[in-house]
Amino acid sequence: MSQVCGGIFTSHVPGIGKAIAQNLQQDPYWKPFFDGFDPIHEWLAVEQPDVAVVFYNDHGLNFFLDKMPTFAIGAAPQYRHEDEGWGIAFDRPYEGHPDLSWHIIEQVVASEFDPVTCQSMAVDHAVAVPFELCWPGTNAFPTRLIPIAINTVQHPLPSPKRCHDLGKAVGRAIESWAGDEKVVIFGTGGLSHQLEGERAGHINVDYDKFCLRNLAHDPEALLQHDTLDIVELAGSQGVEILNWIAARGALRGSVRELASNYHVPISNTAAATVLLQNSEKVPA
Amino acid sequence: MTSLSRQTAEGKRAIPGTLVFDGDAAQHGYAINAMCYSFNSAENREAFEADEEAYMDRFALTPAQRQSVRDRDVLGMLAAGGNVYYLAKLAGIFGLNVQDLGALQTGVSIDEFKANLLSHAVTETRVASNGRMAA
Repeated sequence: MSQVCGGIFTSHVPGIGKAIAQNLQQDPYWKPFFDGFDPIHEWLAVEQPDVAVVFYNDHGLNFFLDKMPTFAIGAAPQYRHEDEGWGIAFDRPYEGHPDLSWHIIEQVVASEFDPVTCQSMAVDHAVAVPFELCWPGTNAFPTRLIPIAINTVQHPLPSPKRCHDLGKAVGRAIESWAGDEKVVIFGTGGLSHQLEGERAGHINVDYDKFCLRNLAHDPEALLQHDTLDIVELAGSQGVEILNWIAARGALRGSVRELASNYHVPISNTAAATVLLQNSEKVPA
Repeated sequence: MTSLSRQTAEGKRAIPGTLVFDGDAAQHGYAINAMCYSFNSAENREAFEADEEAYMDRFALTPAQRQSVRDRDVLGMLAAGGNVYYLAKLAGIFGLNVQDLGALQTGVSIDEFKANLLSHAVTETRVASNGRMAA
């Protein structure tokens, strides 16, 4: 039986990808952010998860406004990062796990979700940057990918509760998979930031700290705000916290925070990285 | 959090300094966003740079969208339905990063915009003492 061993939550700012491409990890501007990955590297070396299920949002690489799914689940044998308009494309391919993808699709549809299914899918910086951060270097990624895209671009967005419930359904699906794969869940994006409009540059440290304080032990506290409340609090791109909320839903066991790093600013963003361990609940 | 809520004349939720990219904006902005989406391809970026007007013709931009592109007017592009995730690809062609965009939209210098971001500067790190207990 497969096991969800934990969750990795991280910002996915494109500038991080550029910093990686330019080898700036030790640069004083970037170091406080990259250092947040030391505990994650240690944890991944111990856990060695087989599969990463990644909740993220596409920024206009695979999806455009002609067809914009609220939820989309990848079921491809392989995924690639591609040029998103600024010439950077990471080379390493991401091996998929179509059998587990289809199991998740079967199970979440049985739970009355209606995702789009994608047998061919390019993944953008919201997947590529977290993978590069977690497994730096040039070796093939040791962990296979199942991407789950959430619309955070075109309103109406799914509600925080709906995202959390989707995460729970995905968690149940993984737990019911007959294989013995170890699975790590990712939620990418955030925290507070806003790129456009007269409020560009908006950052809300209080709201971010509220999210970081409650993510491990009381994630439902994050459901008290609706999506437009979150846009107002965290900024129009800060609403990417929906990916974190979904990912946290997939951790259904006993959850413990192993590491948390909050660093403002990276580019226009309040950046954060969190590592949660998920252990099976001990029956009473 | 209803205490925060304000409404526009159309009865939509109003968020200060923020355009919510909804169905109305997505319809209104379709052409400029479609053009920007095409910039994922280096070949298309070069075609735009070679002849901006002809490239805008190809995507049938509205007059307001065209003028905002000619003027490098980011707030104008947003008002004409542009979405920042797509506009970021156009900004890249113009050599503008997100700090440049922020400064242009808020009417301050790049240095002031960066200083505003730094005014929130904080680093907080927690690591569990037995972080490797998973072993």
